[in-house]
Amino acid sequence: MLAPTALLFLPLLAGVLINGLFGAKLPKGLSAVVGCLAMGASFLGALIVIPFVRAGAVPDEVLWTWMSAGSFSVDVALKFDALSCIMALIVTGVSFLIHIYSAGYMNHEDQRGFSRFYAYLNLFVFSMLVLVLGNNFALMFVGWEGVGLCSYLLIGFWYDRERKEGDTTYPSQAAKKAFVVNRIGDFGFLIAIFLMFTTFGTLQFDAVFANAEAAAGGVALMWGKPVLWWIAALLFVGAMGKSAQIPLYVWLPDAMQGPTPVSALIHAATMVTAGVYMVARSNVLFTLSGVGLDIVAPIGIITAAFAATMALTSYDFKGVLAYSTVSQLGYMFVGVGLGAYSAGVAHLMTHAFFKGLLFLTAGSVLHAMQDVGDIRRMGGLSRKMPITFVTFAIAALAISGFPFLSGFFSKDAILLVAYQKSPVIFWVGAATAGLTAFYTFRLLAIAFLGEPRDRALYDKAHESPAVMTLPLIVLAVLSAGAGAVLGMHEDGLFYDFIGGVLHAEHGAATMTPMYISVAVGLVGMVAALLIYKGKSADQLSRGNPLLALPRAKWHIDELYDAAIIRPLEVASRTILWRIVDKWIIDGFVNVCGAAVYAFAGVARNVQTGVVQTYAAVILVGVIALLVKALL
Amino acid sequence: MSSFALCLAVSAALFTLGVVGVMVKRNAIVVFMCIELMLNGANLAFVTFSRQHGTLDGQIFVFFVMAIAAAEVAIGLAIIVTVFKNRASINVDDVTMLRR
Repeated sequence: MLAPTALLFLPLLAGVLINGLFGAKLPKGLSAVVGCLAMGASFLGALIVIPFVRAGAVPDEVLWTWMSAGSFSVDVALKFDALSCIMALIVTGVSFLIHIYSAGYMNHEDQRGFSRFYAYLNLFVFSMLVLVLGNNFALMFVGWEGVGLCSYLLIGFWYDRERKEGDTTYPSQAAKKAFVVNRIGDFGFLIAIFLMFTTFGTLQFDAVFANAEAAAGGVALMWGKPVLWWIAALLFVGAMGKSAQIPLYVWLPDAMQGPTPVSALIHAATMVTAGVYMVARSNVLFTLSGVGLDIVAPIGIITAAFAATMALTSYDFKGVLAYSTVSQLGYMFVGVGLGAYSAGVAHLMTHAFFKGLLFLTAGSVLHAMQDVGDIRRMGGLSRKMPITFVTFAIAALAISGFPFLSGFFSKDAILLVAYQKSPVIFWVGAATAGLTAFYTFRLLAIAFLGEPRDRALYDKAHESPAVMTLPLIVLAVLSAGAGAVLGMHEDGLFYDFIGGVLHAEHGAATMTPMYISVAVGLVGMVAALLIYKGKSADQLSRGNPLLALPRAKWHIDELYDAAIIRPLEVASRTILWRIVDKWIIDGFVNVCGAAVYAFAGVARNVQTGVVQTYAAVILVGVIALLVKALL
Repeated sequence: MSSFALCLAVSAALFTLGVVGVMVKRNAIVVFMCIELMLNGANLAFVTFSRQHGTLDGQIFVFFVMAIAAAEVAIGLAIIVTVFKNRASINVDDVTMLRR
């Protein structure tokens, strides 16, 4: 497996080095070629791995020992099984399309920015592959931090931009926010890793999972919960940060300040699903400890519904999609939380296709609208941008669960499990499916149908070049057709493949949840089209008072600001700076200096500078030595 | 008292005189002369032992010491002259500038 491994990783590394070190000197456009070729090679590597894994279990590829201390040892080793390979395939595949798309989208950047962008993108995919292919939690954490760093760099890609009018944030601020919020989640992940080490003495997946049962019934660690429960719960804290779940979702909507291909790749299709992957990978821990049912599924469903209400009211094209992503991630967590790990991963895959596509069409629209993202200034774009419109419509149908498109199958699998295990979650989930259809078609009706609301912008709008529309078409085909490998009730090729790692949760197969969700979805679509088609900008702005709260994002940002950020700032300034820093830390240092100075003041009296004193001292010393020698 | 012991006694007396002179005198030139006394005390001891043991090593050493002493006097007197030029004094107590 060494050759495919090299093919997966090395081209990306080369891409990062070439674009990162020499990018500014390359002729314009070559950066894109280098980046896309590296990405394509990596995608090829992921494809090559698949038949090996299908043929039978592949042993872990141990590259070298990372660190070794006593009985503790961590290898840089890669795990090739169905789950990691599907993830690698999704990541490299979608990334490849988005790399190509970016060549068109980022075309107005100068060569410095262009090469920097591709270096970051390659680095991101490299880190993501480390995350999904690592065979232990330490290596996963390395990838986890790597993608976090790339996310930060790419959100803040336009770091010199100021706040735009009407925006609540700007790139450098949004990047900082994403990084800090993610650190909170990472802290949980780290503690989970420490606990795992003290409990199992190893961080390797197979070894940890094999010994998990013993720890599940172990002594209570805190609050009457055994150590395994805490490990799983803290792992999920990490997932909450990375996958934008309540209460750590706030960074994702702001992350839309980054370039749109970045939003598509990192903040919709791949990185934010890392949390879902982590829970699916650690399924043994989550099932045995009960954290899946205790925490993951409830948080997932609350997030799904809560984020959907905000998607419903946003006026920003990408904002709607951002909240939609949070909501769909909630869906995935419902799946993995309820034990339907394969269904969660299936939704992860279909979501990567249709949400990646939705974002790329958003980029296409923004490109045509000269970066105006306010949907109240759009309208009638279907006539100007037919390919963008059709692909958007396919993605919208897919996310709404329209029968026989990909989202239909994956969402159905999750709702089926919910139907069997928890009526509350099922009904909230079904309602959220209705909201999903509603807000997606609201977007479609406002932006693409009806009459243009801003003539000047509309007249300049144009379809994007082929380098951008081609990835749209490929993703549209995938969004529409990916259901073919899923199949009703988890009997498709996908589940067959992944079944060796994640066993499908088969209850009594029933069609009822499917009928309900499809009906709700159709109602949502039709209602949105009827309500929003042909409304003027003023009518749109005149908000329903009922929707004022979700439109203000439930004031969550303000709440965090008042409850956490302000107190932290005030405490930092007064206690930490004025007292701890100035008096305790500086005081300690100053006292050390003063003590040395005072001692030296006494000690230097020994040095008189009078030669005869020195001579006397030497004489006394010689006499002392002589006396000692003679006696 | 044998001539050997007598010579050693004179040598020790010369050396001690030199040490005391170096300790108590304030005039740099006198201090210098006292150092010469110490050197010559040591020389006398060398020669005495050389004769006693019937070897020439000690006498060779004495020649070296005399040569070195001559060089040292040349440099030392030059330093004293320079100090006097600068400070109009050759009192060793006044030459403590390296102290701070």
